[in-house]
Amino acid sequence: MKRLLLALALWLPVAAYASLNVFACEPEWAALAREIGGDDVKVYAATTATQDPHRIEARPSLIAQMRRADLAVCTGAELEIGWLPVLLRESGNARVQPGRPGYFEAARLVPLLDKPRRLDRAEGDVHALGNPHIHTDPRNILRVAESLTARMAELDPTKAAAYRARGQAFGTRWQAAIARWEARAATLKSVPVAVQHKSFSYLLAWLGLREVAILEPKPGVDPSVAHLARVAAQLETTPARMVLRTAYQSPRPAAWLADRAGIPALALPYTVGGNAQAKDLFALFDDTLDQLLKAAR
Amino acid sequence: MLRPALVAAALAAAFPAHADSEVDALRAELKELKASYEARLRALEARLEAADAAPAPAPAVDTAQADAPAAPKLNPDISLILQGRYAQLDDIEHRAISGFLPAGHAHETARGFSLDHTELVMSASIDPYFRGYFNLALQDDEVDIEEAWFQTTSLGEGLSIKGGRFLSGLGYQNEQHPHAWDFADNSLMYRALFGEAYGNDGLQLKWVAPTELYMEFGAEAGRGANFPGTDRNRNGAGSYTLFGHLGGDLGVSHSWRAGLSYLHARASAREGELDDVDDVEIETLFSGTSKTWLADFVWKWAPEGNARERNFKFAAEYFRREESGELCGFDGVSSCTAGTDDAYRARQSGFYAQGVYQFMPRWRTGYRYDRLDPGSVDFGANPLSLAKSDYKPTRHSLMLDYAPSEFSRLRLQYSKDQSMAEVSENQWFVQYIHSLGAHGAHKF
Repeated sequence: MKRLLLALALWLPVAAYASLNVFACEPEWAALAREIGGDDVKVYAATTATQDPHRIEARPSLIAQMRRADLAVCTGAELEIGWLPVLLRESGNARVQPGRPGYFEAARLVPLLDKPRRLDRAEGDVHALGNPHIHTDPRNILRVAESLTARMAELDPTKAAAYRARGQAFGTRWQAAIARWEARAATLKSVPVAVQHKSFSYLLAWLGLREVAILEPKPGVDPSVAHLARVAAQLETTPARMVLRTAYQSPRPAAWLADRAGIPALALPYTVGGNAQAKDLFALFDDTLDQLLKAAR
Repeated sequence: MLRPALVAAALAAAFPAHADSEVDALRAELKELKASYEARLRALEARLEAADAAPAPAPAVDTAQADAPAAPKLNPDISLILQGRYAQLDDIEHRAISGFLPAGHAHETARGFSLDHTELVMSASIDPYFRGYFNLALQDDEVDIEEAWFQTTSLGEGLSIKGGRFLSGLGYQNEQHPHAWDFADNSLMYRALFGEAYGNDGLQLKWVAPTELYMEFGAEAGRGANFPGTDRNRNGAGSYTLFGHLGGDLGVSHSWRAGLSYLHARASAREGELDDVDDVEIETLFSGTSKTWLADFVWKWAPEGNARERNFKFAAEYFRREESGELCGFDGVSSCTAGTDDAYRARQSGFYAQGVYQFMPRWRTGYRYDRLDPGSVDFGANPLSLAKSDYKPTRHSLMLDYAPSEFSRLRLQYSKDQSMAEVSENQWFVQYIHSLGAHGAHKF
């Protein structure tokens, strides 16, 4: 039986091993892996910006991709708890199991915000380790990039120099971009905003914006009309300048509230591919800042 | 960050006529705040400079990983599934699908309020090489170990071996526990085939091909004690299973999976009940082989692959089962089919097809159609006058369910059940399914 399987495995077109196969759980990590890996890696993005990373079906196509992966780059912090364990289990791929070098969790490299004080499902969809949407702060991306460069070099030593060179070049460009963004965003400091889900905690903390209202009554719980009305009433006493949501969230609650409060509702790209402008990581933050600055004017 | 200071300053500016002492106090506070912030800023600047001067900490990265707080869970993930229902059913003393031998482990169909299985699930990595899973189904007077198995995690090359008691990988719905079903009750097909689902004590070998198209192949061998086989008090395997699944995506919004499975089981004196031509119930014993083919197909749609708002799922499965051997009946005296030429032979088939549509967040509606074909049943040279049925059991089911969160679900279901000849029953179910604790992710 095993010989037969082996023969079958050899016979199949296994071009998969030509370069490092990267399975990226989210588009931001796919983009980062492309920045560092260049032509030396094949990157598969498991999700798109229009999909809710909390709720992805463990589709057969994803299992097939995980089966071929040399490196799985995911956010962690329970963001993918509803689907990643199934992919890892069903793929039969030992290289990417947790604890192996082929398993990379970005959230472990940065200090997490919004750590729940109470771990109880009555609090909604709480993440025990903290808010997993770390990539909305570019400084976190820098931390992850350094670590990911080292990991790729470890997994594919023959191209380690190329990974390090690209990683370093990216870091330099990224640091310059951060300085540019921070200068641009100086006027955003202390601007009060409302958010649909706590998707932008890191972005807001970085730029110093204030989150004065959340449209979801509890994390992961869709806003009801009654709750939205309460938020609208709250905004009358503590006004917000804009409502923020991601590309994958329903536009209705944010639009309703924005209309009621007479403030703009922004669909921030949230991740790479979230709108036509956000083609790569740099454009992601360029566009995010463009939108925020325009709305705060 | 500077908010308190700003507020203080604003207050001071806004109320100049206020008592001077208060203004002074505020001023002092402001000064203090300013001094402390300046000190902190200086410290931060110094740290930044030090960081800039230091060489790039490339290999130091993994220490950061080690420092990060890990989830405090060396304990297994434990979850408990609470299920219960209200059923509005006709008073039928003995329920059986016409023309089919009753499969073991059928759920009783209590009228009125009742508790379904309460499931206790534990799972964890055993060590870097294995993971373990345990599922206990509890009911008033029975406790069933539904699953208790280990699975390898480090073989690689797409291979994994599962051992212990597990639900077979055949078909589509078979591996799903009742809490994951899309309807309040089992499909007629699975009820006729296995009672609930086919589980086995044994080994499973599974291989996923390294291709872009999802290809999974599996083989199982086991004790085969469950229907359609029986416990036979022998060494060796009593049943084996082969299955293969293909799957993939069509664009970003569609995904599918299709499969073919085969189950071979042996039965020795398997108990059953059949009616004779005078509607008298006769106890039967079957010894022989049972071969089942299953074909399954699942298709899922979600706009842009985002299932949160709206999504649709279609699932259909078809089976053919062939049983041949010796059938004995006890009608006061025992009598059996005899010889190989005129042995008992049955070829039966059936299918179900269902569609479930989430039309808005939290709300789903679904329709399921069941149909079985008793096919050809040849009682051979049996002197008993067993009734041959050409009645084709069918059932229509409509359901509406509401899931306030991923962990709770309330369901209303109506079924027009014609699985018994001459009975057309209107069934109503109200069901709840709640899951407590660290509940593992479900498969596609």
